[in-house]
Amino acid sequence: MSIDCPPPGWFRAPGGAERAWVGLALAWCVVMTIMMPFWHFRGKQNSTGESYAVTPAQFAERVGKFVDAHQVGEDEGWPVVEPPPGGDAYLQAQMWSWYPILKLRKGQTYRLHMSSMDLQHGFALLPLNMNFQVMPGYDHVLTITPTQTGEFQVICNEFCGIGHHLMTGKLLVE
Amino acid sequence: MPGNHLPGLVRACDTTGLPVCLDAQRFIRLHAVMAVVFLLIGGVAAILLGLTRWPAVHLLPADWYYRVLTLHGLNMLIFWILSLEIGILYFAGTTLLNSRLASTKLAWACFGLMGAGGALANVIVMIGKGDVLMTSYVPLMAHPLFYLAIILVAVGALIGVINYFATIYIARRDQTYEGSVPLVVFGATAAAIIAVFTLLHGAVVMVPTFLWSLGLVKTIDPGWYRLVWWGLGHASQQINVCAMVSVWYLLATLTTGAKPLNQAVCRAAFVFYILFINIASAHHLLVDPGVSATWKIWNTSYAMYLAVLASMIHGFTVPASVEVAMRRKGHDKGLFGWLAAAPWKNPGFSAFFLSLVIFGFGGGITGVTLGTQQINILAHNTLRIPGHFHMTVVGGTTLAFMGLCYYLVPLLFQREFHLRGLARVQPYLFAGGVTFMAMGMSFAGSYGVPRRHWDVDFTGATFPAGFDASAHLMLGVLGVGAVLSFLGLALFIGLTVAAVFTGRSNRGAPMAAW
Ligand code: HEM
Ligand SMILES: [Cu+2]
Ligand SMILES: [Cu+2]
Repeated sequence: MSIDCPPPGWFRAPGGAERAWVGLALAWCVVMTIMMPFWHFRGKQNSTGESYAVTPAQFAERVGKFVDAHQVGEDEGWPVVEPPPGGDAYLQAQMWSWYPILKLRKGQTYRLHMSSMDLQHGFALLPLNMNFQVMPGYDHVLTITPTQTGEFQVICNEFCGIGHHLMTGKLLVE
Repeated sequence: MPGNHLPGLVRACDTTGLPVCLDAQRFIRLHAVMAVVFLLIGGVAAILLGLTRWPAVHLLPADWYYRVLTLHGLNMLIFWILSLEIGILYFAGTTLLNSRLASTKLAWACFGLMGAGGALANVIVMIGKGDVLMTSYVPLMAHPLFYLAIILVAVGALIGVINYFATIYIARRDQTYEGSVPLVVFGATAAAIIAVFTLLHGAVVMVPTFLWSLGLVKTIDPGWYRLVWWGLGHASQQINVCAMVSVWYLLATLTTGAKPLNQAVCRAAFVFYILFINIASAHHLLVDPGVSATWKIWNTSYAMYLAVLASMIHGFTVPASVEVAMRRKGHDKGLFGWLAAAPWKNPGFSAFFLSLVIFGFGGGITGVTLGTQQINILAHNTLRIPGHFHMTVVGGTTLAFMGLCYYLVPLLFQREFHLRGLARVQPYLFAGGVTFMAMGMSFAGSYGVPRRHWDVDFTGATFPAGFDASAHLMLGVLGVGAVLSFLGLALFIGLTVAAVFTGRSNRGAPMAAW
């Protein structure tokens, strides 16, 4: 019984169905273990975790320069900014907005920099459903290539205070 | 083997004949009562949350939603489960090893600190000074007493764990048992070992955060906080798994007389939990900046799957031991005749077996899926995450602990349950409700619906956003499941409280068979 001290000699190798199951489960775990790095390189859809230290003030300055250099329009008073293909794009998270509106081109590759001015935020791109953590002090760089055109919504999915549900933004792909 | 009890401080159990240390019994009762109080608070919070996430009802205003969410996470995941686990440790260390509890002073300190910390945390959150959710990710800041309350609970739990190790030590020293410890004690010890390094992580992250909230430390790095916090947050889930699996073995024995097939296999699986689970906590950081892809992959692949292997082993050995026991009793018809003949009307058995199924199939499969780097990008911070853990820690651990209570009350409070028909139904109601709710959460999350979010229609936001009708339907499923599981939970609390305070005493006679 599991509540009694086992009789002497309890330590023995598994046999029969139990042994087969342990072997099967282990083999499956090995497959899964290999799949993870395999798909990282094969699928080429994962973040490499590229990131740099940055203070909120430094990041805000870069965002400001980026907007000044590449603004192409305005929507609801928010700048629409089109980064050069192959270049850097910036997205600033702040209670409770995503700044600015980015306009990207299908098939071009960008380095998307994200950081927060205050609390932790969650970058969530809908309806594609892609989610990344955005934190103050970290310049989180994602190398992205849009494969679909359209208007995408950015929402926040890390709790960031009472206005968390109001934190939305926009991303355009042409 | 003679025990080491002082005269007058031990009784023989009227049902099993096992020795019951009366000191341990007192503290197990105290911890069980405290646990159920926390479960009640968490349960009231649960139904309020369920009715808020159900868009057609959308009950709470935004500030109260986040407040109640904080309350729910703390009371359920930490206070309810941890309080009961300390009781389980006391039981395993004394009754199963034929020993006395090492120290009543330590036991009082543990109970007092956990109770005081839990009460303080509830007060601070209720008065609106701790709207930071259970994870309290910096730089979100709560009142210093919020962090102090968590530290008190953790220190209290650590003292309880130390008392358990001291009990094992004196049992060994006084030779109250022979050979190796029973399997349930082995599993409980694995839980206790994991608890030690979990609580140490807790200290490493919570103490500086407490000082920061007092203004004594200038900044806390948010990436560092997440790394260490999840060393606490994830590893502590392995305490729950170890405790739950030990309870499965215990209930399998109590309800069907099951014996483990091969003790070495079961024990090795517990050792896997100890060795691998801490590094596996990297799966919480799969979409974080600051940690490299290599680090993420290394830690979430081999380490996580070896911990998963352990669960897969228990997922085989536990039902297999029940099968063998049932067949031995003559229920030998066909492939599943043993299962059909199992004591499904015994809430101890049904809670245990449903817990096994929900944890194994629902929780396990979603967990492994969500823990892969690729899928995590789709799932991070969506409702798929609470969908997963309501099948592990609620449909799994909490349900198993409910099953345990159907034996704990008659055996250690020596009181019988009233309304036994309702008790027989309770595990099914709770299991069904939780499964339904978790499915609603998981499917809504797969459309991208965020967790911890008050308004999925984004009313008043600068740029419109939202979800289609199918996502709303799934949030409705969440709501209906929440109502059902809340009814199951309320029924459990009602039956247990009624039994403890007004149940017929069974002193001097075996407990009424379920
Ligand atoms: C009657 C049973 C329960 C119901 C109806 C319920 C419902 C919910 C709901 C609706 C949420 C909010 C999800 C969101 O909006 O993000 C939630 C969160 C949560 N629940 Fe439960 N729950 C129940 C029992 C439990 C139990 C027993 C535990 C732990 C042992 C638990 C642990 C949690 C945790 C850790 C969270 C996440 C809190 C956070 O995001 O900070 N729940 N639950
Ligand atoms: Cu935000
Ligand atoms: Cu937010």
